[in-house]
Amino acid sequence: MSPHTRAVENWTLEPLTDFVREASARLVLVLTPSGQVLAQSGFSRAVDVMSAAALAAAIVASTGEIARQMRQPPFGALSHQGPKTGFFLATFKTDRGTLAVLAVYDLDVSSLGLVQLFYEQLATELKAASPKGAVPKQVLAADFERELTDSLNTLFGR
Amino acid sequence: MSAALDLITRVRGVRGAMLVSTEDGLVIAEQLMEGIKGGAVAALAASLAGRLRRAMEAAGTGASVFWHLQAEQGALLVVPGDAAGGILVVAVAEPDVNIGLVRLELLRAAEAAL
Repeated sequence: MSPHTRAVENWTLEPLTDFVREASARLVLVLTPSGQVLAQSGFSRAVDVMSAAALAAAIVASTGEIARQMRQPPFGALSHQGPKTGFFLATFKTDRGTLAVLAVYDLDVSSLGLVQLFYEQLATELKAASPKGAVPKQVLAADFERELTDSLNTLFGR
Repeated sequence: MSAALDLITRVRGVRGAMLVSTEDGLVIAEQLMEGIKGGAVAALAASLAGRLRRAMEAAGTGASVFWHLQAEQGALLVVPGDAAGGILVVAVAEPDVNIGLVRLELLRAAEAAL
């Protein structure tokens, strides 16, 4: 297992570890659409996780709104490719609620096709592993900072 | 592009043919028999192409012009479609396919596709 792969919710760890290895992804976040991080791989600083999660949640929200205005179901996945790096962001439904996966990959070791291929496997495994009958926990504003600090402490092994 | 793939799939023993983008590993065009996972073959072939290209460069042999991967129940045959390596022409075949004929049709298809 990569030393940089950690999970707040343990059922996400094995599928995420497999995905990182097989898709050769550099950075991965598994999060809720509100930006709550369940697992991460490749990040070394808490502030980067916070930024990436907030930006990914914003993208999910804004593309969801575009889809709503177009009277379409929410987009399944979004990818953006630069000269050396690409990112892939997709959402799927589990018993834990809707989850999003953000993957950043380097084009010299991976590709969109590879990430898409193993993302499908990741989504299937997370759906199967998610706690059945679980009610997604609501994070109240009053608890937000403590919840965030606890999650980051878990993700960075503090 | 469909005509280019027709050239390959006409060969006896070929189970499918694809044009694949090397950069992102996505399918550009495909003619596949049922049961072949085109997306998976494309992604893995493009990944392999990138690694092979670097290996060939390191070995000082220049760019590859044809590869043939033989497995127990089939074979994967690939021609990088242009000098820049932007497109792969891929055939999935039975293990006893006529390799020389498929190679010829892959090269023709690469010319036709570009």
